[in-house]
Amino acid sequence: MQKVYTKIESIVGNVVTVRAKDVRLGDLALVGDSYATVIKLDKDVVSLQVFAGAQGIGTNDPIRFLGRPMMVSFSEHLLGRVFDGAGVPRDNGPALTENMIPIGGPSFNPAKRILPKNMIRTGIPMIDVFNTLVESQKLPIFSISGEPYNALLSRIALQAEVDVIVLGGMGLKYDDYLAFRDTLEKGGAMSHTVMFIHTAADPTVECTLVPDMALAVAEQFALAGKKVLVLLTDMTNFADAQKEMAITMEQVPSNRGYPGDLYSCLASRYEKAVDIEGAGSITILGVTTMPGDDVTHPVPDNTGYITEGQYYLKNGHIEPFGSLSRLKQNVNGKTRDDHRALMDGMIRLYSQYKEALEKKSMGFLMTEWDEKLLKYGELFETKLMDLGVNIPLEDALDLGWQILAECFEPNETGLKTSLLKERWPNKDALN
Amino acid sequence: METVTGYVTGINGNLANVSFDGSVHKNEVAYILVDGKRLKGEVIRINNGIASMQIYEMSNGIKVGDAVEFTGELMSVELGPGLLTQVFDGLQNPLPDLAEQCGFFLERGVYLDPIPDREWEFTPSVKVGDSVEAGDSIGSVPEGLFTHEIMVPFTLKGRDWTVKSIKEKGSYHVRATICVIVNSKGEEKELSMVITQPVKQAVKCYEERLRPDEPLVTKIRCIDAFLPVAKGGTFCVPGPFGAGKTVLQHMEAKNGEADIVIVAACGERAGEVVEILKEFPELEDPKTGRSLMERTIIICNTSSMPVAAREASCYTAVTLAEYYRQMGLDVLLLADSTSRWAQAMREMSGRLEEIPGEEAFPAYLESTIASFYERAGKVRLKNGKIASVTIGGTVSPAGGNFEEPVTQATLKVVGAFHGLSRERSDARKYPAIHPMDSWSKYSGVVDMGRIEEARAILRRGNEINQMMKVVGEEGTSAEDYTIYQKGELLDSVYLQQNSFDPIDAACSPERQREEFDVLYDALMKSYDLEDKKEIRGFFNQLRQEFLDWHGTQFQTPEYYEQGKKISEFYMSKAVE
Repeated sequence: MQKVYTKIESIVGNVVTVRAKDVRLGDLALVGDSYATVIKLDKDVVSLQVFAGAQGIGTNDPIRFLGRPMMVSFSEHLLGRVFDGAGVPRDNGPALTENMIPIGGPSFNPAKRILPKNMIRTGIPMIDVFNTLVESQKLPIFSISGEPYNALLSRIALQAEVDVIVLGGMGLKYDDYLAFRDTLEKGGAMSHTVMFIHTAADPTVECTLVPDMALAVAEQFALAGKKVLVLLTDMTNFADAQKEMAITMEQVPSNRGYPGDLYSCLASRYEKAVDIEGAGSITILGVTTMPGDDVTHPVPDNTGYITEGQYYLKNGHIEPFGSLSRLKQNVNGKTRDDHRALMDGMIRLYSQYKEALEKKSMGFLMTEWDEKLLKYGELFETKLMDLGVNIPLEDALDLGWQILAECFEPNETGLKTSLLKERWPNKDALN
Repeated sequence: METVTGYVTGINGNLANVSFDGSVHKNEVAYILVDGKRLKGEVIRINNGIASMQIYEMSNGIKVGDAVEFTGELMSVELGPGLLTQVFDGLQNPLPDLAEQCGFFLERGVYLDPIPDREWEFTPSVKVGDSVEAGDSIGSVPEGLFTHEIMVPFTLKGRDWTVKSIKEKGSYHVRATICVIVNSKGEEKELSMVITQPVKQAVKCYEERLRPDEPLVTKIRCIDAFLPVAKGGTFCVPGPFGAGKTVLQHMEAKNGEADIVIVAACGERAGEVVEILKEFPELEDPKTGRSLMERTIIICNTSSMPVAAREASCYTAVTLAEYYRQMGLDVLLLADSTSRWAQAMREMSGRLEEIPGEEAFPAYLESTIASFYERAGKVRLKNGKIASVTIGGTVSPAGGNFEEPVTQATLKVVGAFHGLSRERSDARKYPAIHPMDSWSKYSGVVDMGRIEEARAILRRGNEINQMMKVVGEEGTSAEDYTIYQKGELLDSVYLQQNSFDPIDAACSPERQREEFDVLYDALMKSYDLEDKKEIRGFFNQLRQEFLDWHGTQFQTPEYYEQGKKISEFYMSKAVE
């Protein structure tokens, strides 16, 4: 028989305290009819964080301890369903209670990990050629608000060949949620998608649960041999929710109000990305909006140290600078022999183009070399950088050589002579 | 000794308050009993009869009243033959064994024996009646490439111990008693091949500390020639994310000319550890011809593993390094990243409600970092052998801003600073070590005077580049423009290095000297060139030739041919 406590001693922010015995850290409880978790124990004083917020809770509301941690149901029935941060259905389907699994489980043994080795083709040259996405990678899209990051996310989700998509939405605008649902439905992907959606109007605490729910489910699918793509948008909202909770708990803030354990908080989620030997994999694509386009803001900054690169979305396209896929070396040596060298060479020239552009805008005389760079930069931006471009990797590489040949002499590209001999479109120019 | 026990009175995150009977020591290890599992923790504060413990495991499920056992021992590691090639977590748990026992996930409360359970061929080096003291060798066993000395525990007190009995040459189990020593009071001690050492106590069983004056070759041109590291020295690599800290460290781990490399992955990505794990056994150590893994130990406490164990992983790593140094070996310890360790300290300090310092880091941050780096050093052991521990740590400054407390505290105590820059990595100039901002107090493999001259060209070229941004190329004299191009040439063909190219990835000191001589000669010449277009064309071509040179195998006919071609090319335009 569960004991019911009815004397709440304090209610501060979303945290209530009550005197109780035999309670474990991390256990789930019901405060009134809202779920809550035990976050601190001090002698017999138990602090509980209420998921739905403490608004309207009375000091005489009943508290029942359920004697188990937060869990989520896992089965094939999840596919096609939409839930909120506490695991309650958002669509009109039935609640799922079978095969409950704990969330926020232990971390994967590094000795059991394998080297990621499969490229995920997206058809976007800025990703496929310059910053290849790799199965089991964790990668955020850094973006300022207003950029089409959610559209990019759903496009990648639709084009990537995966078995299951798990979408974790945090602080989403309701229309964004609807847009995701409609795009996935239209693209025929809804039948292998699970959504955990926290909208901007929902209680803060539920926001912090979304990644754990999404990743716990993804982990089970991966163990069952599925290739899972987890989309998390927007992780800045998640971090802000953590900040809000830490401040109400009177923790000493470390940097711009964020708690000192922000790095660990984010890392324990992103690190769930894994390729399991003999089973499936989890690839995480997140969105981190950068307040004020400031990459040194604590959230993008900490994220950058955790994830395996980032896509930097700016002015409607993926920026070649700042964008990075750390795992690209694992796969781009096996795609085509010119992939790596061409990628580096083109970016180096593009960076010189940027300098030339700066010179031009300051009104300096343009040399012949500058003119070449300007022409190159323009071609590069329209033919490769535009997000509307949708071509396979091999075509994109060929296009790259064409652009180079249109603008430069072979020895101006800084590429190895042997490679030039093999790939330069106009062989006469080589002598 | 009677075991001291207690029970949990409060828990907040990974900090537990424990009420106890009897006496406890600060920094002693204790276990909390939860659901039949023993969770390891360390006492970090004792206040009003309540011990505060940091728990090295996930703390979920602990409740008030759970029993606690105190061990009376400080946080320690076990040292003995068989440590090489292993992968440990921060508490010296062998991860592959753990995977065998628990499967894919890290189960808490499982502690396995770090020393492989096997027999070794022991050869004694002392005889009955010999006097011994802490750190003295009593014999040896062959461990892979090395002769592994079996030593008297470093913590042994007193100098009046003599050997009472010693086993003859033969095969013994690693934990079998092989030697008994006795002191003047008649106390006896049984020794096996395994010794225990508290991780926070530096091993000081040596004759004297020496100045680090011999370069530790990393085969990275930019480091060995321009920003050298010394055996027994310290260096730090701060840099914003994505600037290539880890790739650089892996190159150092691969090519660093040390006997033993210990990699401490502290609070960083698990994927990076996997790269070492899968790659190193395949790679050949050019010095010995054996697999690189045979000289490597990995301590890994990745970012999703419990925070408190990050600190333990740094200390575990440095203690292992000191152990091998005591055998007369040169050890290179690479810690990635010390910022994560500092953050773990900050987290704990916050829970202890200490008064925060800058950016909420605790006030003892600087002294803790300093005492860690000070465990590096070149020493002369009592048997006359010279050995060293070199420590290189990466720092991950928030926002890439080097003004933050961890970077500043580290810069005060290291001998070389390899600052990585975002601009260079954005422009794909790898390794992205900033050649102007970085410094080193050690001497390198190339003549330092010439390096300074080359550096001056680089600096001047950089200034001209800045000036050109204001006055434009047309406002720059041909003379200045040539210097600018020379600086660019030096940067692109010497400071930059392609770590993914099979040949260019490792550049031996001899090759560095030869290539530098040619480059130096080219830089010091004046050239007869018409206009800027011709200057640019000339240097583009020269750069191309150098890059092709990097692609040739050292000391092959192609190598010499290309070297000659370069000299001929620039001499054709050179004037007296």
